[in-house]
Amino acid sequence: MKVTVDEDKCCGAGQCVLIAPEVFDQREDDGIVILLEHEPGEGRHVAVREAAAVCPGAAIEVTDTE
Amino acid sequence: MSLDEQVLSYPIPSDAALEPPAEWAELRSKCPVAHVTLPSGDQATLLTRYEDVKRVLADPRFTRQLNAPDAARLSAEGDGVFSSEMAQIIPDGGDEHQHWRRLVGKWFTAKRMAALRPSMEQIAERLIDDMVKCGPPCDLKAGLGFPLPVYVICDMLGVPAADRERFSYWSDALLNLTRYSRAEMEAAQGEFFQYMSDHVATKRAEAGDDVLSELIAAGGPEDGGLTDLQILVTGMALLVAGHETTANMIGKMVSMLLADRSRWERLLADPSLIRTAVEEALRLDANSGFGLPRYLRDETEVSGTVLPRGTTVVCSMAAANRDESVFEGAAEMDLRRSPNAHLAFGVGAHSCLGQALARTELQVVLEVLLRRLPSLELAVPVEELERVEGLAVGGLRTVPVRW
Ligand code: HEM
Ligand code: SF4
Repeated sequence: MKVTVDEDKCCGAGQCVLIAPEVFDQREDDGIVILLEHEPGEGRHVAVREAAAVCPGAAIEVTDTE
Repeated sequence: MSLDEQVLSYPIPSDAALEPPAEWAELRSKCPVAHVTLPSGDQATLLTRYEDVKRVLADPRFTRQLNAPDAARLSAEGDGVFSSEMAQIIPDGGDEHQHWRRLVGKWFTAKRMAALRPSMEQIAERLIDDMVKCGPPCDLKAGLGFPLPVYVICDMLGVPAADRERFSYWSDALLNLTRYSRAEMEAAQGEFFQYMSDHVATKRAEAGDDVLSELIAAGGPEDGGLTDLQILVTGMALLVAGHETTANMIGKMVSMLLADRSRWERLLADPSLIRTAVEEALRLDANSGFGLPRYLRDETEVSGTVLPRGTTVVCSMAAANRDESVFEGAAEMDLRRSPNAHLAFGVGAHSCLGQALARTELQVVLEVLLRRLPSLELAVPVEELERVEGLAVGGLRTVPVRW
């Protein structure tokens, strides 16, 4: 799984960090998303998909590799 | 007469406090772009499908400029004393709004909210101590739902605990369109403005660990920060946006969970469901208030219907949140539902800035209630719960409980 984020669409709501804190963080100075892991491990896939689905800015994109 | 031949009055009343009006399902399937008459007598276009509501809220052509001369007025009395003046001071759209949002949003990160959790828990514990002293029975709205979010916002603004009751009163007076006279509302707004103006001056003299101090530290407009007036109005806006909404949601959430007590029991057995249960309560809230009005600057199309420029659209997130084409078993309360991309906080650039805070408050309330009052139940039959009248925010008049 590959994850990308679009900072311009992010509205800093922090949903992704609440759901998958190992994969997403927020910048200290404006709350915009930081991607910690571009290719998260198997065990995190469910949480990452949930974060992408509920992100209010539609800022998270998930693509399946293999 | 079918729905598309008549002009509906909006909001559509519902017979039961926690249930949606039957018209929503019919509108979604047969008339997703409906003509409605608002309480002011003006006409608007009501959207009830998930995809339409989501698209419109994320589309900047649908503006928040409801003060345009040909925009529909929501009610004949005007829309509260606060909204229009606030809109002139805090930028409402475009880059300036994004700039404001990022400055303030810094305070609302998920990490910050996690750090606030212990103090929220303490507030909830103390309020429940007081409920236990004077009950059962007791009104959960007055005892817990109403005070908790004010106390949290006061802490966030660096307001001393001794002034919490004044904040409660101001918030109620600014938003409660039925309980107070216009003169009382204006007096409350004046006092609140004066208090905040002194408070910002105090913070300027001596910074604390609060959102206002942080906004002051960002410098003036020339440094990329905000003016004092903007800082002060931002503080007022946070109370107005974050109090009544969260207070009512606490009451509605607990009522929904107790209306069928097997839900409460499932949570007692497995508290790890708290997070998804909170989201599901937000999704199923059939009484969330007016919805979001938007004013259309350019002609466009929604679900095959052309909307001329100058149209006022009302997005019903509560109707959209029950759209069967998006949520399986949409009418059922599924405490495990995931993902749950409901629209209760709006979407896009204007979606609720305080949503991480609201979620944390709702989770904390539920956690502490389950732990402290596991035998909690409604003290009246669910049919006797009554909705609050008035336009601003949907809620229940009281939430009588015992344990
Ligand atoms: C359950 C509780 C809450 C609900 C249902 C809720 C709902 C909403 C909705 C639907 C919007 C979008 C308005 C629009 O698009 O025009 C919004 C905006 C906003 N909310 Fe909330 N809210 C809640 C709690 C809070 C809290 C606790 C705060 C902060 C203390 C807050 C602060 C704001 C602010 C500042 C905005 C304006 C954002 C902007 O214009 O960029 N809200 N809220
Ligand atoms: S959930 Fe989406 S909008 Fe919110 S912080 Fe994460 S990426 Fe940004």
